[in-house]
Amino acid sequence: MPFACIFVPDFPVEALLRAEPELRARSLAVLEGKVPLQKVFAANENARRAGVSPGMTKLQIEACAGLALRVRSLPQEAAAHAALLDCAQSFSPRVEAAGCDTIVLDLAGLQPLFGPLPEIARALARRASGLGLEASVAVAGNPDTAVLAARGFSGVTVIHEGKEAEQLGSLPVEVLFGNPAQASAQLLETFSRWGIRKLRDLAALPDVALSERLGQAGIDLQKLARGTTSRTLVPIEPPLIFEEVIELEYPLVLLEPLAFLLRQLLEQLCARLEARALATQELRLGLELENGWQTEEVGTGNSAHTGRAQARLFQRTLRLPVPLLDSRTFLKLLQLDLKAHPPGAPIVKIHLAAESVRPRAAQNGLFLPPSPEPEKLELTLARIAGIVGEDKVGSLELLDTHRPGGFLMQRFAPGLFSPQRHRATEKTNNKRSADASAPLCLCGDGLVTALRIFRPPVDVVVTMQEGKPASINCPKRKEIQGTILWAAGPWRSSGDWWEQEGWARDEWDIAVQGEIGIALYRLVRDLLGAGWFVEGTYD
Amino acid sequence: MSSLPLVSNAAPGRFAVSAWPTLVFQRLSAMPKLAGVTPASRLEVRPAPQMVSSGVGEIDALTGGLPRGCLTEVCGPASSGRTSVLLAALAAATQRQEVCALVDISDAFNPCSAAAAGVNFEKMLWVRCGFQKSGSPQRHRDTEKNKIIGKPVEQALRVTDLLLQSGGFGLVIIDLGDTPLKMARRIPLTSWFRFQRAVEHTATVLFVISQVPCAQTCAALLLKVSGEKLSALSCQLSEKTSPTHALLLNGLQVQGELLRSRLERKPAGSVTSAFTTKVRAG
Repeated sequence: MPFACIFVPDFPVEALLRAEPELRARSLAVLEGKVPLQKVFAANENARRAGVSPGMTKLQIEACAGLALRVRSLPQEAAAHAALLDCAQSFSPRVEAAGCDTIVLDLAGLQPLFGPLPEIARALARRASGLGLEASVAVAGNPDTAVLAARGFSGVTVIHEGKEAEQLGSLPVEVLFGNPAQASAQLLETFSRWGIRKLRDLAALPDVALSERLGQAGIDLQKLARGTTSRTLVPIEPPLIFEEVIELEYPLVLLEPLAFLLRQLLEQLCARLEARALATQELRLGLELENGWQTEEVGTGNSAHTGRAQARLFQRTLRLPVPLLDSRTFLKLLQLDLKAHPPGAPIVKIHLAAESVRPRAAQNGLFLPPSPEPEKLELTLARIAGIVGEDKVGSLELLDTHRPGGFLMQRFAPGLFSPQRHRATEKTNNKRSADASAPLCLCGDGLVTALRIFRPPVDVVVTMQEGKPASINCPKRKEIQGTILWAAGPWRSSGDWWEQEGWARDEWDIAVQGEIGIALYRLVRDLLGAGWFVEGTYD
Repeated sequence: MSSLPLVSNAAPGRFAVSAWPTLVFQRLSAMPKLAGVTPASRLEVRPAPQMVSSGVGEIDALTGGLPRGCLTEVCGPASSGRTSVLLAALAAATQRQEVCALVDISDAFNPCSAAAAGVNFEKMLWVRCGFQKSGSPQRHRDTEKNKIIGKPVEQALRVTDLLLQSGGFGLVIIDLGDTPLKMARRIPLTSWFRFQRAVEHTATVLFVISQVPCAQTCAALLLKVSGEKLSALSCQLSEKTSPTHALLLNGLQVQGELLRSRLERKPAGSVTSAFTTKVRAG
């Protein structure tokens, strides 16, 4: 039964490089500890070549030219680990987290789907690279051998069955202990004194003699070196949490550089969602803001944690009507949203989370009425909201009330096409076209006289004569002036009298001679406020 | 361009008169720069646009419906029935399950009238233009930009442009009904050309209502409506003695006149039609 292992060398460095891929070509060291006592926790290959090694103090490495220094970020490491799990889950449901930087997965039954084992290993490496992590991948007949090979060999390695000891033999014994910092110093010293440097040396030792000297631990290490261990995989079910974090070295003041970082985060989120065959319908952006007045006191240290006690969180939530998976669309929507609602303070930390949902599975027919693409529509609505205001764009919903103007603006989501309704409409149309004599009017039994509303209503002065309006005068609108030629009413209505916002009014339909012809208006007298106003015109 | 002598070596009277055009065509087709030019006689005729119902039978009989991929303009003064025609077109389009958009420059749309006309609000996007109350500090810095965005007509033009570029709408309506003539006429012709080009070769009907024709030659269909005297009103004008609560506004009598149709080439003012509207709840 084949197993694969994905191992990310220099994991803390890789976790930071996901957010800043431009640093990959440079020397990078990751620091840990409090500000005066910071030490190197991890470094990439370029930095190691320059002489940087874990444990060195910040003062010792500051002399290295072109060395970039970053503070270790546990949230970013957690996000990188989650991305690694997503990468493995996109291939196999049986995944074991052997460490924050090591994932083992069961490849049983995957060959018909993804091809031969080397092909699967290469695909795993490609997928991990797509998620921003340069990983080593090894395939072997048991999980431990795969882990050893992934840790020892860079790139893609396939350990053939029966040749485990031969292929692993060239690896140093330190590989058995994973992270060198966690290696058992006593065992390593013993091996060193025995002259055992490589795994092949350990594998060649006699079992009984090794057991007498090192006990069961020695036998276990020898089995590892020979590649003959056998254990059951402990699969985990990673939760569907998609979050990405960036802790900034310096506070961001402008929105433009923020867009670059958001693009990185969104691309990583979308890649993770795509790996799990999911989409998102809700994006939550959290920006940790810095209190600008405190920065002078703490100085300009490299640490992103110092002096940020008064930081506050600025959150925006982007809800989409349909599941989407397009980082460019998300970025544009977030940009438009942040332009309309700027954070108002420098940003020190960016947190982006996506709520995963199943992707949209709708296929429209060829002969269906046109409808806007959801991605384009969302962008268009966001842009329009930026022009006219958020509360002035959308679809409307009538409220169950007699109060004039009883409607709500809500988010515009045209929804999915209903074939049944479309068929019913087509049937009606065909019936009408067959009966040529019948007037073609889809609105029922006649054309409706529309009322155009004046928002806000136009205050007017009305002269009454024998209990009915005789003349009207509006200082703001010259066309609503003169003698009232015809009036019908009053039509009295009232409502909500049991609440504070009660209303009562008399409505009149009036005709006024205008410049071009007769114009019809709806005249209203507010019985509670005792004022006259024109609500609208019939058109 | 190098000149190619057609008859330089020919003696006068050598070619028959009937042979001249053939010779010219042969010579012209031999010229590499003119070989790819299609003669006007062989140009393909532009296909007629698909027509959809306007929701008013009389208008459909008059114009053949509303053309897709074209700009249709309905103009007329206040109380002439423009908005009633607008609501009928909107109702017809939403009942065809098409997604529609209404760019309301003067924020005059009445939802109750639309509901009575049969508009499906789920399929209608309502954009209410007007002055923005407040803005972010960043916007306030850009005062010149604020001036542009603050004007409802400018807002409407930008919004319409976005909607048309987005695509997928079956009907996009620009309501210039209450816009003052001075402002409506100030809309540059290039904007209308841009809109016309945006909807060309699409299934979108661009519908404009205004007091006077604004889009000029960009409109494929120009319909003028005028409100005739109401039947109820005209008879009641002479009966002023009747109590007002006994009177009722029944509706409008609308006279429609086809001023321009690029589709049928009918002479202006040659075709008219009349229809009535009814007052309903709301």
